[in-house]
Amino acid sequence: MDKRSLLDLLRRDARESVDDIARQLGADAEAVAAALDELEADGVVRGYQAVVDWDRVADEHVRAQVEVDVELDRETGYEEIATRIARFPEVATLRLVSGDYDFFIEVEGESMHDVSNFVSERIAPIPEVTKTVTHFVMDSYKEEGIELGDGDDDDRLSVSP
Amino acid sequence: MTFGDHLSERVEQVPPSGIRRFFELAEEVDDVISLGVGEPDFSAPWAARTAAIDSLERGKTSYTSNRGMRELREAISERVTRYGQEYDPEDEIIVTTGASEAVDLAFRAFVDQGDVVAIPQPSYISYTPGALFAGGEPLPVPTHAEDEFKLTPEALEAAGADEADVLVLCYPNNPTGAVMTDDELADVAEFVREHDLIVLSDEIYADLRYEDDHASIATHPGMRERTIVFNGFSKAYAMTGLRLGYAMGPPEAIDAMNKVHQYAMLSAPTTAQYAALEALRSCDDAVEEMVSEYDRRRRFVLARFEEMGMDCFEAKGAFYVFPEVPDGDDEAFAEGLLEEQNVALVPGSVFGSGGEGHLRVSYATSMKELRVAMNRIEAYVTGT
Ligand SMILES: Cc1ncc(COP(=O)(O)O)c(C=O)c1O
Repeated sequence: MDKRSLLDLLRRDARESVDDIARQLGADAEAVAAALDELEADGVVRGYQAVVDWDRVADEHVRAQVEVDVELDRETGYEEIATRIARFPEVATLRLVSGDYDFFIEVEGESMHDVSNFVSERIAPIPEVTKTVTHFVMDSYKEEGIELGDGDDDDRLSVSP
Repeated sequence: MTFGDHLSERVEQVPPSGIRRFFELAEEVDDVISLGVGEPDFSAPWAARTAAIDSLERGKTSYTSNRGMRELREAISERVTRYGQEYDPEDEIIVTTGASEAVDLAFRAFVDQGDVVAIPQPSYISYTPGALFAGGEPLPVPTHAEDEFKLTPEALEAAGADEADVLVLCYPNNPTGAVMTDDELADVAEFVREHDLIVLSDEIYADLRYEDDHASIATHPGMRERTIVFNGFSKAYAMTGLRLGYAMGPPEAIDAMNKVHQYAMLSAPTTAQYAALEALRSCDDAVEEMVSEYDRRRRFVLARFEEMGMDCFEAKGAFYVFPEVPDGDDEAFAEGLLEEQNVALVPGSVFGSGGEGHLRVSYATSMKELRVAMNRIEAYVTGT
């Protein structure tokens, strides 16, 4: 079972049935199920989520990207700070990045107030954090490789040579 | 006066296209899922599209040289080395308005009145009319399911192709998805040399091969000087509407084709040439991604036909599979399927002798639609 092909396929559509995955990979269903179990057990595959266009959902949903600068000391490293930040359920994504700041955080909440409160009351006060810059997401055009526009109609002729 | 009295015999002798008839039937059905489409469901890679847009912004709207932009011919020359082909961009390559134009140029340049043009069947629908328009006499060469629709010297012999002047090849094949390996082509090459034919080799699906690499008859000993190779951007780069293809062959052959082309076409569309140049330069990854997607769908469709008990050889190229119809009547099957289950596909008999009793199933359609379509075919076959 070629795990890379399996991952490629799941990244395109994680909702395919084991049977359909098996058909597409020319493998048998048991082998696919076993490979999936293994990918999950090894922590390669951490979950399966829907890609949502929040603009089309009536409920209020606010997202922000927060840049965080930290100052390390002898006792504290990135890992420790990251673990502390990651525990907050408001934090959807947390990455250590190169460049002008240290951590990139994606925060989700029900209102701008929620999100800015969270940043000022939970992130900024962390002793090692020296600066935060919050960017609210105003519009999103592409998520997880999927464009959020109206899509193109299939305008091909229904039968052609 | 009516033009009906003035139709040339060359045009009149060609019957209406069977594809067209099925298109009209399918157009009358609502919510049809079509597995009858002979072009990619992707759009051209964005990099290629932006190159076309840029060229328009820079005002590149003139003719190019007859044979196509020099840079593009150079990029083509470089590209085809991956198939073992070597052609000089100076005088051995001509850029055309789709591979379609290139095929037509070749018929006009190399077929004399009464020349016999051997065409393996089932076949892409343009070759027979193209040969007829040029005054040639098409000679159908049936190929068979038990040979996985490959062309063999025996099939050529049986059809009397030893008397032919021209042999048309198309592998990977539309409509069957058949491919030919280097060894299998060697046998055909031997027949061709022995009987002194020329070969028109339509290799437009060269990049859509799923089990092995493309092989070209032009690379066999003594074949380069008697072969014209056609290729293009429609299939691998999903650029059908941009209308760009090319032909490669010895200088005197390309000269002759260019003679027709310079009067009939002047030059291939300039905007499309810019898109094609960028496609060759930077779109390998995009092609690779499309090819893996086609391959997944191919396996899926083959697996589903096997599960529903329909015989289907393992097509290894293009984006078609060619299953057998359970009771043998492909037209009735296709019409019934369209009526009862709203799924369109093309009956094999449209593609000539050897195609009857089969269906051309295109998997240039999203997995989502394929899944539904295959369920409907299963329902139709099992009568549920
Ligand atoms: C075998 C074959 N040759 C040529 C063509 C035409 O290609 P183009 O779009 O380059 O004219 C097609 C298109 O369906 C094809 O299937």
